[in-house]
Amino acid sequence: MASSIHKKDGWNSRIGVILAVAGSAVGIGNFLRFPGNAAQYGGGAFMIAYITAFLLIGLPICWAEWAMGRRAGREGFNSCPGMFNVFSRHPMPKYVGVLGLVIPVIIYMYYVYIESWCLGYAVNTLTGRLHFGSVADAGAFFSKFTGASENGSALGFNVDQVGVYLIVVFILNFLLIYRGLSKGIEWFCRYAMPTLLLLAFVILIRVLTLGAPHPETPQNNVVNGLGFMWNPTKVYLEESVPSDDGSVRWVRVSEIVGPRLRKEAETMAQSDQYRVVELNVWKQLLNPQMWLAASGQIFFSLSIGFGIILTYASYLKRDDDVVLSGLTATSANEFCEVALGGLITVPAAVAFLGVAGLAGAGMSTFSLGFHVLPLVFSEMVGGQVFGFLFFFLLFLAAVTSSLSMLQPGIAFLEEALAINRRQSVAILGMITAMGTLFVIYFSEGLKALDTLDFWAGTFLIFVMATFQIILFGWVWGVDRGLIEAHRGASISIPRIFGPIMKYVTPLFLIGVFILFIVFNVLGVNFNGESALSSYVTDLVGTNPNRVAWMSVSLIMLVGVFFTLMVSGVEKYRSFHRKGGRRQS
Amino acid sequence: MTSGGWAILLGSVGAVTLLFGWCVIKVMKDPQDPEQTLHGFDPETPDLPLDAGDPHEP
Repeated sequence: MASSIHKKDGWNSRIGVILAVAGSAVGIGNFLRFPGNAAQYGGGAFMIAYITAFLLIGLPICWAEWAMGRRAGREGFNSCPGMFNVFSRHPMPKYVGVLGLVIPVIIYMYYVYIESWCLGYAVNTLTGRLHFGSVADAGAFFSKFTGASENGSALGFNVDQVGVYLIVVFILNFLLIYRGLSKGIEWFCRYAMPTLLLLAFVILIRVLTLGAPHPETPQNNVVNGLGFMWNPTKVYLEESVPSDDGSVRWVRVSEIVGPRLRKEAETMAQSDQYRVVELNVWKQLLNPQMWLAASGQIFFSLSIGFGIILTYASYLKRDDDVVLSGLTATSANEFCEVALGGLITVPAAVAFLGVAGLAGAGMSTFSLGFHVLPLVFSEMVGGQVFGFLFFFLLFLAAVTSSLSMLQPGIAFLEEALAINRRQSVAILGMITAMGTLFVIYFSEGLKALDTLDFWAGTFLIFVMATFQIILFGWVWGVDRGLIEAHRGASISIPRIFGPIMKYVTPLFLIGVFILFIVFNVLGVNFNGESALSSYVTDLVGTNPNRVAWMSVSLIMLVGVFFTLMVSGVEKYRSFHRKGGRRQS
Repeated sequence: MTSGGWAILLGSVGAVTLLFGWCVIKVMKDPQDPEQTLHGFDPETPDLPLDAGDPHEP
């Protein structure tokens, strides 16, 4: 039964699989998280760290996942536990492969919630409900819409509440996944990805032609918005503040972008109370938090370390090109992120709010997307239409990503239980529906979402990606892996990537992981002081958070569920007993 | 916006656009028709055994 399922499911065309992988990678983060990060850390320095992470982590793991997935798929395995089991006789890898199920399933539980925000914001923008006078107004709407103000308040079904959109989005995802790889995911991505690109171009043209929308504040313009994001040197105005011990400390007042603000700041700096400081690229590069942000951006953006590319690639045939297809899907994501996301969000926000206004509102993914941009579209000429197009673009990007998060779980259930797609979709639908209900019920402060994102969507991804590249480079072997990757390939992977995949990528990943633990878990700051991060104190502090505990318990529950299933799969045990060849 | 900012913007956007464009052209020109149904014929040569030694060794 299982083998017939394997033969039925597969990709229909090369363009289709490229669009599906690109769709998986292009998500909300391309248009909201990347610009926020680049603006915060300085475009020049951030791009150096970003490109370094792309070359040393992104591309190597991407090619490794494509090659491993296609190879293991030929042995009849489409899920991470099964695929990892193919590459090692030891039982441990198949249990680590459970991460390749837990990560996408858990992320889906909260990502579909965010996806429904995008649809809801698109509808509310088009119907004129998103018309705000201040960031605070936009924040109040967000709290009401998402239920962030109180647990249980997200379950409403009015047009300005998330409930109805969540149901629509959930059903859409499962309808598409039920139709299968080629008739569901591939079919949808074939239309969604070109539409997404078209929408992004329309919005980009609108943003780049904004100029200075408010004549009374000419410094708030698109060029300064681009400068805020891309200028290599950050310039700040600082004010001296006397300390209790009589010394003076300098407090950052604002970032300065553009000649007008610079002139004003230099005039102020003629007094002793103020000074203008410059932070060049080299100083910014010494900031470990920036390297962490750039690496995290590459991980999340390219969907590496999720187990998704492995699963998608396992449905390829023996001689289907993985090198060029992988590079094309990756470059499509980079194009959407840097060339579109990097030119739309922050410049539009600065044109209406100014640098200080944007910095004050916050540049996190949610602040930028759901507090700042609705205000921007409120003030923009034609904002009702362009706002709708932008949030619909985010919605499309989110659907193509969330679909990919379901496929690893579907593939595993079919593989482990030898059931058909209808049954596997029903089981995964129940699991994810319960998880999503948990996330939207405990919506106060978005605590459940945030906790799941930190532990499953960040921490576990580092673990999974590190294990994956070690499995590729040291267990399977880089030489064999590259020979496999080049089968049917129309371009070659440069030779330098051999040693990079074997030595540099694992070391780089371990280095980034250590930084992550030091800064984001142990909470060490630049002064060498340490205060455990809230994600840890929520669990082991003197006043533990109930929702955080339940969220971590949910991750463990899903992990135990899949681990127990993996331990009972006879197909995995018998694979090496029968000589490590395909049994179906 | 400083000249350095313009240089980084144009360099970054240009690089990803060129890479994406090159990949798209390469895929479209590839002898393996991108719109053609992915092939499923049986392999002509055997796979390398998964647990074989170094493939470069004789």
